[in-house]
Amino acid sequence: MLGFLVQRLLQAVVVIFAMSIIVFLGVYAIGNPIDVMIDPGATQAIRQKLIEQYGLDQPLWQQYWTFLSNVVHGDLGTSMVYNVSVIKLVFSRLPATVELVFVAVMIATLIGIPAGIYAGYRPNSLLARAIMALSVLGFSVPTFWIGMLLVMAFAVNLGWLPSGGRGDVSSFLGLRTSLATVDGWRHVIMPAFNLSLFMMGLLIRLTRAGMVEAMQTDYVKFARAQGLPDRQIVFSHVLRNISIPIVTVFGLELGSTLAFAVVTESVFNWPGIGKLIIDSILQLDRPVMVTYLILVVILFVLINLVVDIVYAQLDPRVRLKGGK
Amino acid sequence: MTKALDVRGLTTRFETRSGDVTAVNNVSFSVERGRIMGLVGESGSGKSVTGFSILGLVEEPGHISGGEVLVEGQDLRALKPEALRKLRGSKVAMVFQDPMMTLNPVLRIGDQMAMAVRVHENMSKRAAWERAREALEIVGIPAAGERLKAYPHQLSGGMRQRVAIATALLHRPAVIIADEPTTALDVSIQSQILAEVRRLADETGTAIVWVTHDLAVISSLADDICVMYAGRIVERGTAEDVIAAPRHPYTVGLIGSVPSLHEPGAHLPQIPGSTPQLANLPSGCPFRPRCPRASDLCATEPPLIETGSHSVSCHRPMEAP
Amino acid sequence: MAKLDWMDAFLKPGTVGSGGYTHLLGTDNVGRDMLSAIFYGLRTSFIIGLSAGALALFVGICIGLSAAYFGGRIEAFLMRIVDLQLSMPAILLALVLVAVLGQGVGQIILALVVAQYAYFARTTHGAATVERSKDYIEAARSTPLPTSRVLFRHLLPNVLPPLIVVATVQVASAIALEATLSFLGVGLPLTEPSLGSLIANGFKYIHTDRYWLSIYPGLFLMVTVVTINLVGDQVRTVLDPRRSR
Ligand SMILES: Nc1ncnc2c1ncn2[C@@H]1O[C@H](COP(=O)(O)OP(=O)(O)OP(=O)(O)O)[C@@H](O)[C@H]1O
Ligand code: SF4
Ligand SMILES: [Mg+2]
Repeated sequence: MLGFLVQRLLQAVVVIFAMSIIVFLGVYAIGNPIDVMIDPGATQAIRQKLIEQYGLDQPLWQQYWTFLSNVVHGDLGTSMVYNVSVIKLVFSRLPATVELVFVAVMIATLIGIPAGIYAGYRPNSLLARAIMALSVLGFSVPTFWIGMLLVMAFAVNLGWLPSGGRGDVSSFLGLRTSLATVDGWRHVIMPAFNLSLFMMGLLIRLTRAGMVEAMQTDYVKFARAQGLPDRQIVFSHVLRNISIPIVTVFGLELGSTLAFAVVTESVFNWPGIGKLIIDSILQLDRPVMVTYLILVVILFVLINLVVDIVYAQLDPRVRLKGGK
Repeated sequence: MTKALDVRGLTTRFETRSGDVTAVNNVSFSVERGRIMGLVGESGSGKSVTGFSILGLVEEPGHISGGEVLVEGQDLRALKPEALRKLRGSKVAMVFQDPMMTLNPVLRIGDQMAMAVRVHENMSKRAAWERAREALEIVGIPAAGERLKAYPHQLSGGMRQRVAIATALLHRPAVIIADEPTTALDVSIQSQILAEVRRLADETGTAIVWVTHDLAVISSLADDICVMYAGRIVERGTAEDVIAAPRHPYTVGLIGSVPSLHEPGAHLPQIPGSTPQLANLPSGCPFRPRCPRASDLCATEPPLIETGSHSVSCHRPMEAP
Repeated sequence: MAKLDWMDAFLKPGTVGSGGYTHLLGTDNVGRDMLSAIFYGLRTSFIIGLSAGALALFVGICIGLSAAYFGGRIEAFLMRIVDLQLSMPAILLALVLVAVLGQGVGQIILALVVAQYAYFARTTHGAATVERSKDYIEAARSTPLPTSRVLFRHLLPNVLPPLIVVATVQVASAIALEATLSFLGVGLPLTEPSLGSLIANGFKYIHTDRYWLSIYPGLFLMVTVVTINLVGDQVRTVLDPRRSR
């Protein structure tokens, strides 16, 4: 287990390093940010000064080297648009996104898995068919459009919920979060629900497929022959088995939900990093893009690591080993 | 004394898109305490469905359409689902063919067995584990305490099948239905398990229905034999009677095709033709297209001919000795 | 497209415009007829979705088949990249690519291909490794046939059924992805109406009662995507070898 962890962490460092090069090169291949930043009427001298200030006249490898040594010192550069430290900028927006994604994942799990279990347990029932039809909508209809409908219905027409933005923030167990206030929940619930739909649809399908298959297995029949009630068979025998693929997809979808927060944050005007990245793409704010992407890569690597560990806990046939 | 298991006119049908199928057709037999009854037949003859029907565990698109299943005199078919569930595992238990599949791969043996203990008896987890350990010892598993902590994939096939049998034994049921439990195992382990089962039946008084398509196994193990063909019992009697003096032409064919029941060196005759399609059986006797003794008469439903405890369902059975 | 007329901006659905033309779904902020804009956008969406799907299919097949055919290091390397990409959400890849490549139909298609080819590569590779072990491939391989012939004549037909299913789903998701990118403002410019940019335009008026600017293009988008998915589901059932049992 320890060997496995060390090996995986080393791998993670390599992946993150490699990604940082790719991201850096990719992002820097985009047009000249100076053109976007300064007013077209500015003098050549001002222009030159800015280029030098951002080190844009250096060769690419040198820019990367400067970037890397700055990163080692905990400095990811300065936003070209907001003119503040990127780290500060990203971390000021991160809590809002984490909040949103957290609530969305909770909704997806708490609705998706029970619905999938039911649909798989009684696959021919009317309710199960309805659940499956809705799940198709959940992951085929584009998120932003559903989000828009939600705003139209609950904010514009009914006026029950605010149409966008994050609510009041207050402290809870030392954390500054909007989830500690009623206003915060009023703001988060609609975007979080919107964001949860894709993952919910997927979890429903996956859980149902696992249930249907598991209910046909011999070990379920054997458990029935022992007189175990169905409730116990589902919760003690089957869930444990189908949780293995669910955990895998859950991990992948966590990353995907984080990525899709970009869309939901734009629809609901949610002040998180998703909105930040869209703005920085539109304004060619390179340091922000680089930081965001590296952050996402780190999160992905971490999520995958956690998934592998949980996986091994759930499936006794899998053993975590360092090396081959 | 009431019989441990008495099946009367049991009928199970499957309604499929390709037509209705009567997988178990008016099946009747009984087993007394401590006796082993062999249920023999080709693949698809309805042996497993018979077993599941006895436990009331037939799944869609199948349903039991008639008959009685008396366990120690109590009709299981008349019970409410919840009452029937409580008898499963405690009065009637079942063991399946493939030991690799019958245990849940992600739960420890002890947890699975303890669950089976506690569903019928109110006791602590520890006591249930202890009970499981004893059951493993009864079926001859060494270092039972260690085995309980293992996951199924850590045990061999023979070991797993013993675990399954031990699980079936936990509540000393009146009847165990063993659905080809040794088919997937190799011969030496198979004979060890058969010996254990024989001993268990003798010692505990449990009645056993041993399902198999292997007549050689059954002839050495069983006290009584039922021969099944296309969902029906075609011949029934004590093991000696059926093996030594078979009366149904199908049984004769079956015995003829088993090497160990045959004169050494002689040519092994096969039953001509192939297993019947249950969806379109001929009228009258289902064995008719393959039967060397068939006559026009056989297009009508064959009568049940009983001589003592030996009965056969045939128009022109072999002569009784 | 119907003529533009500023006088005709924000006409309600069903109103007759100055040109004597009935605007069934109303007009937008610059007086364009919504219905014809939607049809135009639908066409753009289909062109993008289908060409991205076809190209991704082609690239994915080439990579998946090569990996399965050559095996060894090449296989390990190719599939490693594919797996890495599959663990990344398509939207993120597409977003970055569009940012790098800029806006326009060609750029979007390229971004979608890069974001989606991996699904085809994985499916092809999976099906092809199963086929690879079968005798007829060995037999074909031992004859002096050119590699490409073995790949496309012998291996491909056998991996096609699962690919068709993936393809329908991917076309739907390419259309949805394009709409999403355009909605976010990084896809097609408004001058090139696609369903996404039409909805984005309508979204500006969501707080007014001019619902038709966003609702109708959205409805068309939803119906399109769901229909393609349902067709895919149907195809899956028809092609499922277990079905006949
Ligand atoms: N789920 C089902 N749907 C439709 N028909 C079924 C189903 N299960 C069983 N049958 C029918 O019941 C018949 C008997 O099946 P069964 O499994 O009892 O045979 P068996 O004697 O146990 O054979 P084997 O030796 O292969 O286990 C089959 O031939 C089939 O026609
Ligand atoms: S009834 Fe006729 S066909 Fe059937 S087994 Fe007897 S003799 Fe053969
Ligand atoms: Mg069977």
